[in-house]
Amino acid sequence: MTDQELNPAAAAAPRAPRRRRVGRLSGRDKAVVAVLLGLPIVLDLAFIWGPALATVGLSFTKWNGVGGLSTKICQPNVPSILNNGCLYGVQNYHQAATIYPEFWPAVRHNLIWLAVFVFFATPLGMFFAVLIDRGIKGSRMYQSILFLPVMLSLALVGIIWEFMYSQNYGLINTVIGHNHNGNAIDWLGNPKLNLWSVLIEASWRQAGYVMVLYLAGLKAVDPQLREAALMDGTNAWQTFWKVVFPVMRPINIVVMVVTVIESLRAFDLVYITNKGINGLELLSVLVTSNIVGETQRVGFGSALGVILLVISLVPICAFLYLTFRRETQPKGAR
Amino acid sequence: MTAQTIHRTTPRAAAGGGRRKPLRWGQLASQVFLICACVLWLLPIAFALYVALRPYSETQKYGYVSMPHHLTLKNFSDAWSQSDMLHYFWNSVLITVPSVLIVLALAAGLAFVLTRVNIKINVALLILFTAGNLLPQQVIITPLYRLFLQIHIPTFLGNSGLLYNSILGLIVINVSFQLGFCTFVLSNYMKSIPDEMYEAALVDGAGLWTRFRKLTLPLCRPALAALATLLTTWIYNDFFWAITLMSSGDKRPVTSALANLQGQFVSNQNLIAAAAMIVAIPTLVVYVLLQKQFIAGLALGSSKG
Repeated sequence: MTDQELNPAAAAAPRAPRRRRVGRLSGRDKAVVAVLLGLPIVLDLAFIWGPALATVGLSFTKWNGVGGLSTKICQPNVPSILNNGCLYGVQNYHQAATIYPEFWPAVRHNLIWLAVFVFFATPLGMFFAVLIDRGIKGSRMYQSILFLPVMLSLALVGIIWEFMYSQNYGLINTVIGHNHNGNAIDWLGNPKLNLWSVLIEASWRQAGYVMVLYLAGLKAVDPQLREAALMDGTNAWQTFWKVVFPVMRPINIVVMVVTVIESLRAFDLVYITNKGINGLELLSVLVTSNIVGETQRVGFGSALGVILLVISLVPICAFLYLTFRRETQPKGAR
Repeated sequence: MTAQTIHRTTPRAAAGGGRRKPLRWGQLASQVFLICACVLWLLPIAFALYVALRPYSETQKYGYVSMPHHLTLKNFSDAWSQSDMLHYFWNSVLITVPSVLIVLALAAGLAFVLTRVNIKINVALLILFTAGNLLPQQVIITPLYRLFLQIHIPTFLGNSGLLYNSILGLIVINVSFQLGFCTFVLSNYMKSIPDEMYEAALVDGAGLWTRFRKLTLPLCRPALAALATLLTTWIYNDFFWAITLMSSGDKRPVTSALANLQGQFVSNQNLIAAAAMIVAIPTLVVYVLLQKQFIAGLALGSSKG
C-alpha cells in the first residue's frame, strides 16, 4: 500500500457520512459477514428457537413419542393407542389446570421460590454488598467467602447440604438433639418442610450471586453523588435509598431478571434432593418427568413447557425492552 | 435533601465526638454481622470436608458430629479409585474446553458484525440471541431431545452414531445456549471501542476481517478472558443437559455423574463427601486463581441496562 493510495481516502474520510461508509462492503467483506453471522444464527435457530416453537406446536397434540404425528383431530372415547399423535387442541392445558394433581402445587412452589428470592436472598445479597462496599476491614475476604457457593454446581450444593439436613447424622439435627429415631426431624423428606430447607440452600447460593452484581453496581456509582448527599445531611440509610439505589437502575433490572429467571429455572437442587417429588414439585421438574421418564406424554409435557415459556417471557421482554429501548431510538432522542 | 433532614442532623454533626461514636458502633456491627454470615456460609462446605476427612469406622462409632480421633485422606483416594473419576473428569474436559472456545469464537464474530456492520436487523438479531439465553432450559428440552435422536453423526464423533448420548451433542447445546449471553456482553464491550480506531484502520486499507482479527479481538481480550472464566464454570457445572441428553452414565461429565456415584456409595457417606469435594476442586481453583476475571465477567453482563 503506497502513500498515494492512502491519501485520497484519508482526505475523503472526514467528509463521508460515517454510516454509509461502513455500510459499503467489498465482496470479501460480505463473505466475512455471511460466515460470522451464518453459523451462530443456524445454531440458535436449530437448537434454541426451533425447539421452543416446536414445543408450542407439540403442546396441542396428544403424543407418546412413538410413531408419527398426524393432522387428525383426537377422537373421544377411543383407546389412546389409536389416538396417538393426533391434534388435541387446548386439552393438554385444560387437563394440566384441572386434573393433574401436581400442577397447582408446582405453580405454588415456583411462586414461593420466587418470593423467597425476592424478599430474602436478594435483600441479603444487597446488604452484603453495601456493607462490603463501605470498605471495612477484611472486606475482600468476606466477599470471597460469601461468593464461594456460586462457584459450586447446584447439584453439588444439594449433596453438600445433605450432610447438614440428614435425619440421623446431619449437623443440624445432632446439634439441636433431634437425631434419634423417635424425634428426628426429616428436613428433606417431610413435604411440609423440604421446600423451605431446599430454599435455604438455594438462597445460600443466590445471595452471593446478587452480592457480586450489586458490588459491581456500587462501584459504578459516582462517589461525588454520595458526598453531595452526605453534605446535605442525609444519613447512610437515606443516602442509599434515595440516591445510590435509584442510580443503580441498570443493576436493579439485571438482578430482577436474574431473580425471576433463576426461580423459574430452578431444577438441579430439587432433582438431586428427591427427583422433585413429595413436596418439591416445580414446573421445570414436571416438564422433564413427562417427557424423559418412562411414560412419555410429550404433548402434555410440552404444554407445561409452554406455560413455563409464557411466564418467563414476561421478565425476558421487560429486560429486552429496558435494555434495547435506547438503541432503537435515534441518537439524541433522549 | 430536604430542610427537615438538615435540621435533624446538623446539631449532631456539630457535636463532633458524638457523631463519631455511632459510626464506630456501626462498623463493629457490620463486622460482627459479616463474620457471622461468613461462618454460616462456610459451615456446609467445611462440614462436608470434615466428613470427607474422617475414617468411615470412626464416624460409624461416634457419629459425624463428634471430635476427630484421627483424620485421613483415604476417603479421597478411595473415592477417586473406586469410581473411575478420572474418566468422568476427562468427559468434563472434552465437553468444557471445546465448548468454551467455540462459544467465544462464534460470539466474538457475531458481536463484531452486529456492532460494526450496519445491517438493518442487527438489533433484532441481538434480541433474538439474548432472549434465547434467558429461556428456561425445560422449555426447549422436549423437541431438543427428539432432535438429538434424529441427527446422525459419524461414529468417530460419538459411538452411538446420534447426537443424543454423545459428547458432541453436549458441546452443541452448550455452545448454542451460551452464545446469547456472550454475544450480549461482547457487543456491549465492542460498542465502547471508539469509532475513530476503526476509521483509522479503514484508512489503512484494512478489510472487515482484518479489523476483526487485528483490531477488535486484541482490544476485547479482557472481556474474552472474563467470559472464558464464567463459561468454564457454567459449562463444567451443567447438570440438566447432561442428565437429559445423555442416557448412559459413563459419558456424562463429572458433575452429573456424581449423582450416580451417590447411588453407588450410598452406604458410605464419607466417600460421597470426598467425591463431592473432589468434583468441586476445579471450579474452586478457577475461582481462587481468576477471581478478578470471574467477577469482571459478571459485572460486564450487568453493566448495561
